[in-house]
Amino acid sequence: MRISPKFTQALAVLVLGSATLLTVLVLLFVVAFVLIKGLPGVTWDFLSSAPKEMGKEGGILPTLVGTVLLPLLAISIAMPLGVGTAIYLTEYTRETRMTRALRFGTDCLAGIPSIIFGLFGFIFFVVMLKMGWCLLSGALTLSIMVLPTIIRTSEEAIRAVPNAYREVSFSLGATRWETVMKVILPNALPGIVTGMILGVGRSIGETAAVIFTAGSSLRMPMTVFDSVRTMSVHFYILAREGISNEKAYATAAVLIISVLLINLVAYTMMHRFISKRSK
Amino acid sequence: MLVSKNSSYLLGLAMLGTLLVSGCGKSRENITVAGSTAFQPFAEKLADQYMTTHPDVSITIQGGGSALGIQAALSGAAQIGMADLVKLPEEAATLKNIIAARDGIAIVTHPSNGIKGLTTDQVRGIFSGTIKNWKELGGADHEISVISREAGSGTRSSFEKIVGNLTLTKDALIQDSNGTIRETVANDSFAIGYLSHGLINEKIKAISVDGASCTEQDITAGRYPLVRPVFLVYSSTLSPAGQAFLDYVLSEEAQELIHKNGLIRAK
Amino acid sequence: MMRLKINVEQVAKGLLTVVAFSALASLLLIAVFIFKEGLPFMFKVGLSDFLFSSDWNPPAGKFGIFSMIVSSLYVTLGAMLIGAPLGIAGAIFMNEFLPRSMMRVIKPTIELLAGIPSVVFGFLGVMVLAPFIREYMGGPGLSILAASIILGIMILPTVISISTDAIAAVPNSYREGALALGATRWQSVHMVILKAARSGIIASVILAMGRSLGETMAVIMVAGNTVRIPHSLTDPVRTLTANIALEMSNATGLAREALFATGIVLFVLIMILNAIAISAMKSKGGKR
Repeated sequence: MRISPKFTQALAVLVLGSATLLTVLVLLFVVAFVLIKGLPGVTWDFLSSAPKEMGKEGGILPTLVGTVLLPLLAISIAMPLGVGTAIYLTEYTRETRMTRALRFGTDCLAGIPSIIFGLFGFIFFVVMLKMGWCLLSGALTLSIMVLPTIIRTSEEAIRAVPNAYREVSFSLGATRWETVMKVILPNALPGIVTGMILGVGRSIGETAAVIFTAGSSLRMPMTVFDSVRTMSVHFYILAREGISNEKAYATAAVLIISVLLINLVAYTMMHRFISKRSK
Repeated sequence: MLVSKNSSYLLGLAMLGTLLVSGCGKSRENITVAGSTAFQPFAEKLADQYMTTHPDVSITIQGGGSALGIQAALSGAAQIGMADLVKLPEEAATLKNIIAARDGIAIVTHPSNGIKGLTTDQVRGIFSGTIKNWKELGGADHEISVISREAGSGTRSSFEKIVGNLTLTKDALIQDSNGTIRETVANDSFAIGYLSHGLINEKIKAISVDGASCTEQDITAGRYPLVRPVFLVYSSTLSPAGQAFLDYVLSEEAQELIHKNGLIRAK
Repeated sequence: MMRLKINVEQVAKGLLTVVAFSALASLLLIAVFIFKEGLPFMFKVGLSDFLFSSDWNPPAGKFGIFSMIVSSLYVTLGAMLIGAPLGIAGAIFMNEFLPRSMMRVIKPTIELLAGIPSVVFGFLGVMVLAPFIREYMGGPGLSILAASIILGIMILPTVISISTDAIAAVPNSYREGALALGATRWQSVHMVILKAARSGIIASVILAMGRSLGETMAVIMVAGNTVRIPHSLTDPVRTLTANIALEMSNATGLAREALFATGIVLFVLIMILNAIAISAMKSKGGKR
């Protein structure tokens, strides 16, 4: 007895749909948990003032600034490096054992625990290069940490662009670089943006690596050589040292909302860019 | 089109970059204090207070743990290191130190646990695994969930040294911070753990040891045995400004602040 | 005009080469760092003692990490069993069976999970998941199961995002072709689209696997960190990463080198797992 394809399809929809529903529900639970515990503590005063009484009172303004500056700097370093490497590996070199080995190596580095990156950053940037605990040390360390993810996702995105597009471009007389800039990158953009968002997300959420390199100072950073504290580190310290669970959850709530906003902005900008091009 | 977007992005980045790298020339002296995350909030409060009367000094407090604090003081990454260990390790022998505060270690259980007090022998038995069930101590018939800090923790080494002759049972669960131990014990009616006494809240219960409780009175009177110091380590090349801050930490005003916020005075 | 075009091309190629090599050089720096710190240790203590003994007792000079290797593998396996199927299923469903507008809302919200710090997940685990497991399944609650569930949730955004992109990148002509031949949606998915998106989906799984193996903070809070070889899902365990983080504050001299050596072991483990995943992908392709 042959099972009708329609039946298999209905079954597939049921299974896949339930899986998706489960995922969304879990996500909503996590977000709701943090927001319910944290939102009551999020007031304008909380957002605009500095921590007082060791974090038991006051707000998180310096950490807000730190959470913006550190991932921003890290991504600004990692994106050009990562996307450039991806373009080089896919468009400018042939698929050799060397490139396969490089890809393999980068994938493996994606799994090194952040604490080792943190230690590396501390020994290399903070102590050896005498940069001390500062934004720059943190950003450089974080950028090395997210580099594998960006290289990999950008590579996949670029490879997914059909060869037909490249052939048409060349037949029209475009150089390789022009093809890359005008045809391949715009089409690979969604995937590249995904890599960027994952990279930003990871930078924002990191704690150990950040503490060892950017430090955890509560002062407002004025230059790249100042230490910063991000909201994740703030949550980490508040929760682990048992200083204030309410403030910790409020910080986490602000964190989640910030990440949501960043994602929204990135996607809106991307969609606007794509629709402009297709005109 | 893409090119112009790229160049405006680059221009913006360059402007941001120059802005951040320039920064006003600071004529203030910078002192970095790094180490124990438990003492970090206290150091921050003290530094804030100190800087209101000494605007020519800028004190930055970092965490990273007691071991990092000692390493930072040795390598010069920090001028002062914070270490809440019961005894300083040998590598710190070249550094000078002061005791900034003292910290009581409380043994805690879930509020629903009937046990109110233990002897030091019983504590040793529980944490070494020879006493396995609460009923052996007059409590419910259930396995004891022993929760401890990790091997490098100052709290743990102090705890084990003071209790004496203690090798932690291999079945103990390990959490790596005061806060998570508190959460774990608060959510497990058959758990027992230890943490810094400043962290006790209504979700957990402190147990008395040999009849003494983990309160300031019993500790200063010497009745409660589980106490450990918080060291501030520094090299002999510490600047006068740094020395002045250390003197401040030992002053009556600073000690009162420490006392008000949950630690115990140094003396 | 022609000469100008060639110059831009050469500059571009040169620039990209420099960029690529600096990126790879920085990654190489990290690898060298880990090996330099950890390799001497392995020769001092003896590879078989290090890898195959379960006796971890640094003060006594014992550095056997076998139980932690096993624990890491179990926890990662559990996380992949939860996260990969859910993630890939979600990616397929969102792309092929949901209207575009809904996907544009759901995808960013799932990527939101990627920005939540591991400590928050860890706390959630301690306060909600571990008591739940202890209540209904026994044991102390802090266990392999707790760690696998939390990790599985944490890798969902990676798997879903990258798989979604891979599936979305499959040209519509493939879908239309399949449908024109009379296939149902599901048939076009599993016979055509999945095969075309395979490399992207495998990439997402590999990245997720690396992430699970290397995750520290969340695992430390919910796995229990007891050094023993687990016999059941509800046993507490200590993973390699947790060991590094826990012992880091204590470690001087030989003990510190042991931790970097553990980092090397992690690196090698990831290499092995990745190699298996890649060859599985290759053999699937050849099996037709």
